[in-house]
Amino acid sequence: FVWIRFILIQNRAGKTRLAKWYMQFDDDEKQKLIEEVHAVVTVRDAKHTNFVEFRNFKIIYRRYAGLYFCICVDVTDNNLAYLEAIHNFVEVLNEYFHNVCELDLVFNFYKVYTVVDEMFLAGEIRETSQTKVLKQLLMLQSLE
Amino acid sequence: RPMLSATRPQPQRVFSGTPGGQKPAKMPAVSKGDGMRGLAVFISDIRNCKSKEAEIKRINKELANIRSKFKGDKALDGYSKKKYVCKLLFIFLLGHDIDFGHMEAVNLLSSNKYTEKQIGYLFISVLVNSNSELIRLINNAIKNDLSSRNPTFMCLALHCIANVGSREMAEAFASEIPRILVAGDTMDSVKQSAALCLLRLYKTSPDLVLMGEWTSRVVHLLNDQHMGVVTAAISLITCLSQKNPDEFKTCVSLAVSRLSRIVSSASTDLQDYTYYFVPAPWLSCKLLRLLQCYPPPEDGAVKGRLVECLETILNKAQEPPKSKKVQHSNAKNAILFEAISLIIHYDSEPNLLVRACNQLGQFLQHRETNLRYLALESMCTLASSEFSHEAVKTHIETVINALKTERDVSVRQRAADLLYAMCDRSNAKQIVAEMLSYLETADYSIREEMVLKVAILAEKYAVDYSWYVDTILNLIRIAGDYVSEEVWYRVIQIVINRDDVQGYAAKTVFEALQAPACHENMVKVGGYILGEFGNLIAVVTVLFCHLAPCSSTFSQRPRRLSKRCCAMSWLVHLQQTVHNSDQYYVQTSEVVSPVPQATVLEEMPPFPERESSILAKLKKKKGPGAVSVTELEDGKREGGELNGGGERGPETASTPSPSADLLGIRSVAPVGASLSSAGSLLVDVFSEAGPAAPSAAVNDDGFLRFVCKNNGVLFENQLLQIGIKSEYRQNLGRMYLFYGNKTSVQFASFTTTVSCPGELQSHILCRPQLNVQSKPVEPLVEGGAQIQQVLNIECITDFSEAPLLNIKFRYGGALQNLTLKLPVTINKFFQPTEMASQDFFQRWKQLSQPQQEAQKIFKASHGMDTEVIKAKLLGLGMALLDNVDPNPENYVCAGVIQTKGQQVGCLLRLEPNAQAQMYRLTLRCSKDLVSRRLCELLAQQF
Repeated sequence: FVWIRFILIQNRAGKTRLAKWYMQFDDDEKQKLIEEVHAVVTVRDAKHTNFVEFRNFKIIYRRYAGLYFCICVDVTDNNLAYLEAIHNFVEVLNEYFHNVCELDLVFNFYKVYTVVDEMFLAGEIRETSQTKVLKQLLMLQSLE
Repeated sequence: RPMLSATRPQPQRVFSGTPGGQKPAKMPAVSKGDGMRGLAVFISDIRNCKSKEAEIKRINKELANIRSKFKGDKALDGYSKKKYVCKLLFIFLLGHDIDFGHMEAVNLLSSNKYTEKQIGYLFISVLVNSNSELIRLINNAIKNDLSSRNPTFMCLALHCIANVGSREMAEAFASEIPRILVAGDTMDSVKQSAALCLLRLYKTSPDLVLMGEWTSRVVHLLNDQHMGVVTAAISLITCLSQKNPDEFKTCVSLAVSRLSRIVSSASTDLQDYTYYFVPAPWLSCKLLRLLQCYPPPEDGAVKGRLVECLETILNKAQEPPKSKKVQHSNAKNAILFEAISLIIHYDSEPNLLVRACNQLGQFLQHRETNLRYLALESMCTLASSEFSHEAVKTHIETVINALKTERDVSVRQRAADLLYAMCDRSNAKQIVAEMLSYLETADYSIREEMVLKVAILAEKYAVDYSWYVDTILNLIRIAGDYVSEEVWYRVIQIVINRDDVQGYAAKTVFEALQAPACHENMVKVGGYILGEFGNLIAVVTVLFCHLAPCSSTFSQRPRRLSKRCCAMSWLVHLQQTVHNSDQYYVQTSEVVSPVPQATVLEEMPPFPERESSILAKLKKKKGPGAVSVTELEDGKREGGELNGGGERGPETASTPSPSADLLGIRSVAPVGASLSSAGSLLVDVFSEAGPAAPSAAVNDDGFLRFVCKNNGVLFENQLLQIGIKSEYRQNLGRMYLFYGNKTSVQFASFTTTVSCPGELQSHILCRPQLNVQSKPVEPLVEGGAQIQQVLNIECITDFSEAPLLNIKFRYGGALQNLTLKLPVTINKFFQPTEMASQDFFQRWKQLSQPQQEAQKIFKASHGMDTEVIKAKLLGLGMALLDNVDPNPENYVCAGVIQTKGQQVGCLLRLEPNAQAQMYRLTLRCSKDLVSRRLCELLAQQF
């Protein structure tokens, strides 16, 4: 099977802003993965590729200001499709939080999960249309 | 600071126009009426803590507060409950343990307010709890939401199932979700969630998800008007197609027509699904990936349409970009790379393959590092197609340049891979030379692999032996530390078997050893070659001066080698003690007394040559299939019989008996050791398996107990006990049968016959799958006596049915007749294969044809003790690989089945679920029947 194993948003200092797991890991393992990903990704410079081999998988990542958005997928998976999936997700966050910044993700962590679930589910891409996702998010926002 | 404004200079310039910086630093916006002020204050407090201690203190205060609220007499309203549960979640996400609040979260599930329900579900999804009472309540709430007809609530419930994906949930909802998915009145967003929810359940519990009647309607979701539904459903369909390709094969034509509509649409036709002027990039990729589960369409019209799509995609790559933004080109190229994968997968359209290659060639010099990397990676697979191999070769200079100049080591690594893949006789000298020169400065992380690649290429494409010897010696000189035993051992093997290169080799190492400092491996090679052929250059060696520091390692060499080297160190000893001379070259005759001299200078017999040990190593590294056996044999032919020692003289060509094999040079490999140690462990493991069953028509009870072990009692009744001992090496085996007469009376007319099932029915021209030879036994077995019989077994090709042993004898006046299944199973011919995790998963992916995989889910029948499972897997004959599976609970193994005709690479994955006392066993083999057979055999072992 080919699917996303996890999505991580971390800042440069290694603080996790979102961790979404699509595979069973125990808590210690998750912590280890978070640290390893941080170590692997932060040492790379802008001239490097946005892909890095990681254990048996690969990380597709992109840096936005101080935040690293990382998606861990199978080595045979389509790098560019995930790289743009990250960007698509970031653009949705940007719209939803009106110029998103790191603190938005901290204070509204429970809403970020909703955004993720709209766009990615069970490790697969669920919805790619920004218009559709934002419409749905605004509708949910209006509910009590 | 808005994170989208100041980003990496290039790709994110998109956002530099967005206004930013107006937000208050501590409590940002969004919180309109829905925000939980208490939560925001708490988060602020935590962020303001100056130290870890202060943070813990603040958290403990909050935990105490929440606990008292939950325990208090006053019933909490929904809002407060939501707020506290959310705070608990935040505390958990900070990395602190949470041991309460689950019940309150479950209560939130039955709220009819979205925000409360959402927090409840989120808590449950993040802090999955195995408390069965809670699970019952959660499932109940989910059930209510699923039947609520409120799409928002249905989606929340489906997302929860998809996120948790436990077996309990699968049991409760696996039959309900397909119905929601295909129902006519289900909202689109619910369909999307239902499709992926079902996918998750199928991944965790495939046995519970029965598509049957839904299959056709699920496939037809590919035609759904809503592109989001197609995007979600196609992931489900792809997964199901991999498992049941026949049932889902109608998806091919649907996928082609959907793809065709997208590809031919204008950049604005698809509105919401157009991303930076590219129509539906993700859906296109998913469609192309689905098609990679199948061979090219048989229907001419469908195939024609698909080829047209692929051509259009290739054409679009040549068009001027519709936008300068990197998002545009990335999305476009994502589709292009996926299309190229499909073209390579089909490997049947020369025109498309060459066009793909040319396109990738352009990317090799693109300014985007990502594209250069991906082009190198993709070209590697193109190099192996006969249609595009030549086209790939034209890019050799660019690739060599990449190897020298790329800044990112992973790009250089891809360049090295591609050079290896494009190498053939026409360019081998150039490529090997470039790789050698790169090795001088190569990153440590890739040196060992580079050395192996150079060694293999040098051997495979050598046209003259002196070039080969020079290359390997250079390799040792440049990167001696990374030259593994297999590599230097192999050069010796080849030199010994070719007399035309011996003189040159001896002269060359002799010269090499005169360097002031020599790598230990150089000394080893020199030691051996000069030991053998030093007489050819009339001098023994300058080896002595290098020998002393290395001599300790010689004792670890395989037997023959160490004998030789012992002789050498002994010589040194003599030289030092007896011949106290400053003479640099020492004539052996001056130093050594006649008898030892004879021993030293006696030539070793040629190595029995069977297989290049380097290739064995690469196979080990890369796993079965990477360098296929046929490739190896091709290499032999092309390589001008470099490996052709096998036909040299009768002493090497003689087929050794299995026992002779056991003592052969292959004792380098750790096979013997691991098997025998596993064997001794297994005695205990299997002794609990109970007594053998009484006589029956064909008795196969004993049979199954021997799948993972080789010795023990096969059968026992009141009269007779049959024990077996067996050993296997490569495709040969020897089995000793011990027939014990338990009575005090003689057995008369004792005869045994071994037959292979089906041999009577099979065509006489067909060779048997298994060749079993035995000598007749003595017809009389005295009371209390034991007789022995030896069977020689040769595995010709893979097989499923075990041979039968029929035993007839007279006891008293009565004729006894007994037929047993002999425990000769395909796994006995395994050779373990060690490999790194990355290689394992690469192999795993390559064995992705549906028929190459066999999977079984079954209940544990012997307890789930780790040591016992490991012992059984070792007994199976494969290598048990550590640190391969990301989940340490799982076991993965790799091995190659050796038959006379071919080698079958096999990978195994065993996933225990201790809670459910279940296993999932998956096998992938390069030959389909083998997976199934191994799966059947093994499923009965745990």
